[in-house]
Amino acid sequence: MSSQPAVEVQDLRKEFIRRDGGGGVRHRRRRKRVAALHDVTFSLTRGECVAILGQNGSGKSTLVRLLSTLLQHDGGSAHVFGNDVFRRPRAVQRLVNRVSVEASFFKRMSPAENLSYSARFYGMTPRQSREAIPRILERVGFPPERRGEPMEDLSRGMQQKIALARALLVAPVLLLLDEPTTGLDPRSKLEVQGFIRSIREQHDATILLCTHDMAEAEALADRIGILHEGALICLDTADTLKRAYGAETVEAAFLAATGRQFEDEKEDE
Amino acid sequence: MIRLDTVALRRELVGFAGIVERNTYLIRRFVWWEVAWFLYTVANTLTIVFIAKGAEAAGYKLDVNRETIVLLIGAVVWSYLGLLFEIVTETVAWERWEGTIEYTFMAPLSRPAHLLGMGAFAVVYGVLRTVLLFGVVSEFLDVTFVHADFGAAMVVLAASSFSFVGIGMMTAVLPLISPEKGTQLGFIAQGLLLVISGVYYPVSVLPQWMQWLSVASPATYTLEGARKAVLDGTGVAGLWGDIWPLLLIGVIAIPAGLAVFAQGERYAKRHGRLKRSG
Ligand SMILES: Nc1ncnc2c1ncn2[C@@H]1O[C@H](COP(=O)(O)OP(=O)(O)O)[C@@H](O)[C@H]1O
Ligand SMILES: [Mg+2]
Repeated sequence: MSSQPAVEVQDLRKEFIRRDGGGGVRHRRRRKRVAALHDVTFSLTRGECVAILGQNGSGKSTLVRLLSTLLQHDGGSAHVFGNDVFRRPRAVQRLVNRVSVEASFFKRMSPAENLSYSARFYGMTPRQSREAIPRILERVGFPPERRGEPMEDLSRGMQQKIALARALLVAPVLLLLDEPTTGLDPRSKLEVQGFIRSIREQHDATILLCTHDMAEAEALADRIGILHEGALICLDTADTLKRAYGAETVEAAFLAATGRQFEDEKEDE
Repeated sequence: MIRLDTVALRRELVGFAGIVERNTYLIRRFVWWEVAWFLYTVANTLTIVFIAKGAEAAGYKLDVNRETIVLLIGAVVWSYLGLLFEIVTETVAWERWEGTIEYTFMAPLSRPAHLLGMGAFAVVYGVLRTVLLFGVVSEFLDVTFVHADFGAAMVVLAASSFSFVGIGMMTAVLPLISPEKGTQLGFIAQGLLLVISGVYYPVSVLPQWMQWLSVASPATYTLEGARKAVLDGTGVAGLWGDIWPLLLIGVIAIPAGLAVFAQGERYAKRHGRLKRSG
């Protein structure tokens, strides 16, 4: 079954209803369906790390949420290791974990407590987690003597490392990273990136990394995709992208890709 | 096949235990809030139970001992049911506030294990707190429990728990559909239960339409049963008339609660209501 793709997404579509706030009191607020993601097709092979680059609002988080069963889709399909994400969510939930921009913990509880209860949701017994939690916290470089401190007393960088630890604790085969380093100070950022690299080396994990940090994408990913206004406009290695857009850097390629798209739309109008 | 089912069941039980474990950590971490809130509840209960003595002092003729116990049971039972209801109702609201909601909803934890875990925690915590409240408040009063059957009262309380957990599940879903209005509606639902269930007065004093509503409120039977047990020493057999409606409402409310919640969750996932930032 090694030929089976880790992730296979076909024409995936997600719409949200947007209320147009505009107009005065006399105007009824109009509701409009807006596609946050449309016609997205790609696949990830097992063990691969793919970065999705996109500006704010381009649909990165929507993609991550769809793959983690938090949203229903409006068209197309998505499979994780052969399991239909929308028809067999439970099977997918066992395979997937996620780290998002915000650390998302019970802030008064300690790292150990947060990891402990969430391990339970994945079927890990107290005996199993008692051993695994200190080990994983050590691996992310979290000082053992601070394990009992409330999350709210820890720095953002620390919290993000715990978020990575929480995700890895239950050994996911697909790791969804949604801007894991956004808002971190440079040093924490490097540490978290270093850790992501080490996950790639030591775990059998496939990684989808959403970011708007071009250097991060280039440093960590095998392939880079560009998501623009809900559409995946390309997905290839950094070198191929640069060549395709005649750019020196990924950043220049990104600007060329998204900028050109923008101009096309204008011309169409 | 059978083997597969035991694996699945085991997983559900571990998940269920995870919910109870998490809530226990939370109580520990917020222990001073719990203490403060408990003391407030004690004070609040006292202001209610002294009403009977107050009425006597004002010149009304009444059996102070009996009326004090009637009020005490009203306050204590309501504190139990209110707590159950609140804990289950806040299943979604609390996690949304902490920002953990998406992590809980993307975990392979079945919703029944999740919600029943909240219910089980609420029952255990609620019973402990209620027994303590009853003990502490009783210390302030010179009431005598002539032939109270406290065991039978506990059976009534236990029977009522199912229905309150079920109703709590239905209100828990409200914040999933509308983050702010949902929480507000939850409050209103709780207030409605309070007023129609005869917590401090017989249901018969209510306007007719409210009396009709009270028939469907599990709190009505809980209060009636608990009062008969503590005031008249009625045993479990004699309380059957109050216990079976409670069990019946529970048998309907829990599956209905789970179904309503599942429906709400589907709605939330369709419209992106679990959480929208990030
Ligand atoms: N839950 C939601 N409800 C309504 N609109 C949403 C919701 N989530 C995302 N959107 C909209 O979908 C688009 C893509 O958002 P998102 O996936 O969060 O982008 P990104 O993560 O790339 O910043 C945005 O226009 C955003 O406003
Ligand atoms: Mg985002």
